[in-house]
Order: sequence, then C-alpha cells, then structure tokens
Amino acid sequence: MVKKLPKVDAVIVGSGWAGGIAAAELTKAGHKVVILERGRDKKHEDFMGTKDELRYSKRYDLMQDLNKETITSRNSLDKKALPVRDNSKARLGNHTGGAGVHWNGMSFRWLPYDFEIYSKTVERYGKEKIPKESTMQDWGITYDELEPYYDKYEKTAGISGEENPIGPPRSDKYPNPPLKETPTIRLFKKATTDLGYHPYHMPSANLSQAYVNPDGEKLNGCVYCAFCEEYGCDFGAKADPIGTVLATARKTGNLELRNGANVTRVGHDGKRATGLVYTDTMTGEEFEQPADIVVLAGFVFTNTKLLLVSKIGTPYNPKTGQGIIGKNFTGHFNNLSTYIGARGFFENKKFNNFMGTGALGATIDDFSGDNEDHSNLKFLHGYEVHYGQLGTRPIANNQVPEGTPAWGKEFKKQSLKYANRNLFITAQSGFLPNKETYMDLDPTYKDSLGNPLLRVTVKYAEQDRERAKAGVARCAEIMKEMGADTMNVDVVEDDVEFDHKFYTDHFFGGAIMGESPENSAVNTYSQMWEMENLFVVGGSSFPHNSNYNPTGTIGAFAYRAAEGMNKYLKDGGLLTQSELKENA
Amino acid sequence: MSDNNYKNTASGEQQKQQDMSRRKFLKNSGLVAGGLVGGSLFGGLLTNSFDSKKEQKMEKHKDTLIDVQEAMQFFTRHQDFLVLMAATEQIYPEDEHGPGAIKLGVPYYIDKQLAGRWGINGRDYRHGPFTAVLDESDQSAGPAGEQSILDRGDIFIQGLRKLDEESQKRFGTTFDKAEEEQQIQILQDFDDDKVKMNGLAASEFFALLIQSTLEGAYSDPLYGGNRNMEGWKMKEFPGAQTSYAGYIDQDEFIKLEPVSLRDYQGH
Ligand SMILES: Cc1cc2nc3c(=O)[nH]c(=O)nc-3n(C[C@H](O)[C@H](O)[C@H](O)COP(=O)(O)OP(=O)(O)OC[C@H]3O[C@@H](n4cnc5c(N)ncnc54)[C@H](O)[C@@H]3O)c2cc1C
Ligand code: SF4
Repeated sequence: MVKKLPKVDAVIVGSGWAGGIAAAELTKAGHKVVILERGRDKKHEDFMGTKDELRYSKRYDLMQDLNKETITSRNSLDKKALPVRDNSKARLGNHTGGAGVHWNGMSFRWLPYDFEIYSKTVERYGKEKIPKESTMQDWGITYDELEPYYDKYEKTAGISGEENPIGPPRSDKYPNPPLKETPTIRLFKKATTDLGYHPYHMPSANLSQAYVNPDGEKLNGCVYCAFCEEYGCDFGAKADPIGTVLATARKTGNLELRNGANVTRVGHDGKRATGLVYTDTMTGEEFEQPADIVVLAGFVFTNTKLLLVSKIGTPYNPKTGQGIIGKNFTGHFNNLSTYIGARGFFENKKFNNFMGTGALGATIDDFSGDNEDHSNLKFLHGYEVHYGQLGTRPIANNQVPEGTPAWGKEFKKQSLKYANRNLFITAQSGFLPNKETYMDLDPTYKDSLGNPLLRVTVKYAEQDRERAKAGVARCAEIMKEMGADTMNVDVVEDDVEFDHKFYTDHFFGGAIMGESPENSAVNTYSQMWEMENLFVVGGSSFPHNSNYNPTGTIGAFAYRAAEGMNKYLKDGGLLTQSELKENA
Repeated sequence: MSDNNYKNTASGEQQKQQDMSRRKFLKNSGLVAGGLVGGSLFGGLLTNSFDSKKEQKMEKHKDTLIDVQEAMQFFTRHQDFLVLMAATEQIYPEDEHGPGAIKLGVPYYIDKQLAGRWGINGRDYRHGPFTAVLDESDQSAGPAGEQSILDRGDIFIQGLRKLDEESQKRFGTTFDKAEEEQQIQILQDFDDDKVKMNGLAASEFFALLIQSTLEGAYSDPLYGGNRNMEGWKMKEFPGAQTSYAGYIDQDEFIKLEPVSLRDYQGH
C-alpha cells in the first residue's frame, strides 16, 4: 500500500547541485519544496577530521552504496552486461549534497562550439566530416544565452579563477582570484608558454579567500589540506550544495529535505506527473509525495531509470534509432580521458606532492573543442591538458618508472624514491555520442527493492580513440618540456574498449535537450516536452560530452531550469513555446 | 604574529596543551559556529599555530597499546597467518629504508579488514548471476575477482592455502618456510596466472594481496598497520596535517613529522 502524503508545490529527487539549485530558487520564490534524498543527512560537521585515505579513497565511504543499487555495463549490443559490483569502478553521489560534497571543484565553462556543435562543424568542415555513427546535435541554445546562468552559478559557488586568455566572453570576472601558484604549476605554465600555448589556472570551487555569496552564504578560504577529492571539506572552503544552495533553501523555511527516501517511480496520468513514489529506507514503507511540479535531479542514471521504469517518453532503440529516453550516453571514460596522459620522473628535483587542493593546477585550451583546425585530423572535438596538484596520498601514490616490478624489493625502493619526484599531466577529452552508446533497463539484474538495474552500453568509435591518442601525445610533449628525466606515457590501443569504470562521475545523456521534441526529451529549461510539469535536470540533458569537467555547466542549466520552474508554476505551459510567443 | 607558544614542545604536558588548543580551535572555527572566518586570518592562524616547521610531534602512542590489539579476528589457523606474513613481507620487504610488511603490522591489518565489512564485500553489489570466467573479448576483468561469487575472506583463505600447497608440491615445505627465491617464484606464478584457483584467477587474488599490503603499510595507524607511522616516514608523507597554506607556494621540499588521525582528531 502506497501511503499518499499532503501535496506540495514541488518535489525533487536528489540533493546534489542540480536538486539543490532548483530547491534554492523555488523556495526563494515562496514555493513549498520537498527534496527526497536516499542517503544520510550530512552536515559540514560530518567532514571534520576525515583525512583518512583508506576510508574515503579506498572504501569510498561517501559514495553510492552499490549493495543497494548499481548499474550494469557492456561494450556492445551483442554482449550480456555485468553489474558494476565494486566502488573502485563507480564513484557516485549518495548523501545530502550528492557528489558535490566529494568533488574536486574544477569549475569550467563549456565552449560556444559545444552548444551548436552540429551547425558549427558543418559550417567549418562540411557535412561529410560528421562520422556515420555519430548522433551529435545542437543543444537548442547558444553560449551567449547560457552565459548569465554560468555567471550566476559561479557567484553562488565563489569560483576562484584566472582569466582564460583564449576563453569565451564573460559578462563579469570570476568572483574570487585564483588559488596560489606552486612551483610545479609554474613549471607547467612555463613549459606550455614556451611551446606557444596559453596556460591559465584551473577555475576552482576551492575558494582562494573568504567569501560571502549573493544568497548570503559564507565560505572560507582553502588551506590546501590535500584531502579534497573524495572528501568533504574540513573547513567549509570547497563550495558544496550543503553550504550554499541547500542552506539558502533552508533559510526560507520552505524546504523539507527528507533523507532515507529512495525514489522508485514517477507517479503520472500520462499527461501530467502527479508526484514521486519512494521507499522509506528505515522502515521499507512506500509513500507517494504529490506535487504540482516534479523534478528529477538524481544524476544521469537515476533520472534515466525513473523515466524508463515509470514509462514516460519513448525508450531509445539502438537498432532503429527511434525513441529518445536513454539516448546519447557519453562520459569521460578512464582509458580515454582524465586518467591517462604522461607521468614524468625527476632525478634531481623533489616536489611537495602531498600538498594540494582538489582543483589546484593549470590547463591549456589550445586544443579544446574546435579550437584547433580539425580538417586534417581523424576526430572532431578536442582535449584540455592539465597539470593538477591535487595532493597525493600514500596508498595510491606508488608511481614507478615503466619496467619496475609491481611488488617486492625493487618496487619498494623505487616507489619510495619517486613518491615526491613524479608529476602527472592528463588530457581530458570530449566524447561524441553514437548510435550504440545508450542506456536501457537490464533484463537480468535487480536492485535491492526488486526493480531492474539500469544497463549502460558503451561503444568507442574510431574518432574517440584518435582524440585520446592526440591528447596523450600532447601530454608527453609538455612533460618533456617540463624537464622530466624519464616518462611513462599511456598507450591508447587501436582496439581499446570501455573498461566499465564509472569513475569520473562525468556522465551524460538519457533525457537530452534540443530545440524540438523530434530530437530531444527536454527543452533547454530541462522541461519534458511530453509532460510539462516534469523537469529532468543535470547532465542527463547534455547531448554530448565536452572536454571539461561538467559541474559548472550542470549548475548553469540548473539555474535556467529553476527559472523555468518558477515561471511554469506561475503561468503554466511549455517554456520555450511561451518564450517564442513573447518574442513573436 | 609569531608562534611562541609551542615551539619545540618537549614535555607531554605541552603536547597535551597543544592538542587541547587544536581541538578548541576546530570546535570554535567559523565552520562549526556557522560564522565567517577570514581566509587570510584563518590561514594565518593555522600557519602560526599548527604549521610551524619547528613544531615537533610527540611519539605518544607506543607499541604497548598496539600489542594487545594484535590477535586474530578473522583467521582461525595459525598456518594461514604465517603464510600471510611471509607473502606480504615479500611484497613489501624490510630493507635499508625501513620496516617491511611484518614490522608495519600489515598481516594484522589485513586480518582486521577481513573481519569487517570489507571482508564480506558489504558495500558491493552481491546479487547473482555471478561469473567465474569472463569473456576474454570483453575487457571487463574487474579488480580482484569482482564478478566472483567468493567474498574477500573466501578469496584470502583459498589463496593463502594455495600458496602453501604450491610450496609443498614444488619444494616439499610450507610457504612460510620456503627460501626467499622459492617464495618469490611462487608469487610470480600467481601474478602470471600460472597457478589455478577455484572461482577466480590467481592474479586476481594476487592483486588483492598487493592492494591490501599497500593499504596496511600506508593507511592511518588506527587500522592496525603503518605502525608508528613508519610507512609514512619512509615515504615522507606527513599524514593528517591541518593546513599547508603556509608552504604550498614554496620551492623547497618540506619535511614534517607525520600526524595521525588520533592526534588530528584529538579525542
Ligand atoms: C570524486 C569526484 C570528483 C569530481 N570532481 C569534479 C570536478 O572537479 N569538477 C566537476 O565539474 N565535476 C566533478 N565531479 C562531478 C560532479 O560531482 C557532478 O557533476 C555533480 O556533483 C553532479 O551533480 P548532480 O546534482 O547532477 O548529481 P549528484 O551530485 O550525483 O546528486 C544526485 C543525488 O540524488 C540522490 N539520488 C540518486 N538516486 C536517488 C533515488 N532513486 N532516490 C533518492 N535519491 C536519489 C543521490 O543520493 C545524490 O545525492 C566529480 C565527481 C566525483 C565523484
Ligand atoms: S584542500 Fe581546501 S577545499 Fe579541499 S578539503 Fe582542504 S581546505 Fe577544503
């Protein structure tokens, strides 16, 4: 028996950046909001004294408990998918604040090219340049239209940054100056400058100084404690949803954040969403939380699964290309991006590798998006090359030159020697959508409540491997210029396939946006074309993956979606249509 | 401002005071009080009170405390434990840099881990069907027998006994009594999958053994390994430092006495 609760204005699944931003904007406008969050209540207090590598980086204490729910994965249509059983292959958000608590804080904007990728590619290279397997499309919005929302997100999170010499136009400076420069960052910046590139500090949500955001939330300056990626911040210095948007929403008195509420279904009558059905993880009881608008902000996998299980929209069929829900899954995959590059070993230099911050470092944009001419390249889109001083930790930091054994006397000797004598630079590359990379429901495996797991199929295309190869080669070029005595350079094999690691937490698609219901599930306000009072917010709406970390862009689109929700609660109707009418 | 309170703390009393003040500081920090602590002020405070290069940490927790915690929680056969000791010591041997796995407490660390949630794969997805042999064309081999029906405790018991069995077969003696080269040869064959195990590949057990040996050498001493933070000292890793704000932009390599979580959290 599903117990029906009193109706509210808006019900949201997920308390991460996407859900938190929606909640802040809705409650500020006076609407009553309930957030349903499957994980535990978390406060900043929970992160004090948590500099424990084993617990947070090896046992993944803050991440999704796969015992209850996971995804299955395969790398082609004819294979049986296997469940991702172990957190070393899936670092997904799970408690109040979601992954926004244990993220690094690298806060990029995506490129004008990204949002109009199809048109701009055809314009520059002609239609033939678009690979057969590709399902890339324009997003239905331009960078200029999105810019004010980027600005808003960056001010909320107090992003600390340095002007990107070749970046897209900005309406305002970063709200805070960049983080400090370290000897290794100087080394990277000098090497890339000497090579003729344009380095700049990575924009960070680790704040360079104390700051009060426009909602009145206070953030501290980062102390470079180095337990950042995979950890909650000990000092309130890394922008997270708990200390910003959720705090803002709570202040209004209009938010109820209900923990231990595992959402299993969207209630609807075919035309309108009526609410969210969830299981109380303490008692096992089922409830329905009715609301005027329903917001899915449970990350890519949950958003897609809820639409499929609730039978909203048409599931994507990779054989016919018909349907939309589950389409255009993309991401940063470990053996193509983000975790591959060049590691340099230095005989006569020692670095303070153990100090750092989640987003401390520098990057170059010379090869991002369409910044270089792709006429003679075997791929579209590009890569961003960065050096990050994130703070190495001793269980993981056992870097040795190639050819060294992985255990025993020699391993011990070399791993101790090089612990503070190695530097890594990586290429984060874009990934373009293709027909056979998508999500549906797994026919075999079930979650702990008996519902099917989401199945992910990822097939690499030729151009994805070529892009990754080019990125790695660039890393090696720069590392050499930085003066490394020897290097380990990752190899991207011609037949490399997806290794089932959902490690970066940069995943997209499933309910993609576009300019019409023909090619998209939601409009650019993240509003479902087929169900006006249902908003599907987050990376699930991105038709492809750029070469940058995504959260700045997730934040920007969440602000746009929230604006749409407030407008919808007032006027109703499809948002882009009313906009069209206004402009007519 | 200069740090003149706790320079070169020598006595236990001073150390205690310092811990008290650290705790008070953490409790009173802007974070907890909900107020704002100025970034520069905050950084300055930390630099001055806790970051000083002159700050010396006391070796408070001597072996006496640890000893009573070193008894088997998970393993039941002494022989399994002897094999575990010998194998982890080969993976991380004592040498001129410092202690190896045994002196760091790694075998006890592993025993404790196996007795807890990790040993029964408590956070992992554990519904069938399970798969013992993976499709080779599918580059999906998970870490350490991910798709296996065996839990980590099962894997360790089977793997350690297999090491012994191989040693008996090849050298007529148990693994722990075999010569160093003999032990290395057997371990190498596990690494190369030249030995057959039941329900997972030998290399998967071996990967798990390496991973947990390194964890035991370098995790916070609270877990029973990294005794006296010797693992960290060898690696020049200073543990749970409050802040590096005062050092991060400096050129020279900074050496600091390591801080354990016990000291950092200061109960
Ligand atoms: C280690 C790590 C480092 C990262 N570093 C960066 C970085 O440097 N830069 C960057 O841009 N991005 C980074 N990311 C990615 C970033 O964290 C995510 O893009 C972002 O947090 C996504 O926000 P979200 O609100 O869409 O989803 P999430 O933060 O995942 O929030 C979803 C929430 O929904 C809840 N939920 C899910 N399903 C259900 C359900 N069925 N019922 C109830 N609740 C549910 C979850 O528990 C979670 O709290 C990193 C991620 C990780 C894991
Ligand atoms: S490095 Fe900075 S932002 Fe990250 S956890 Fe430490 S103080 Fe917080």
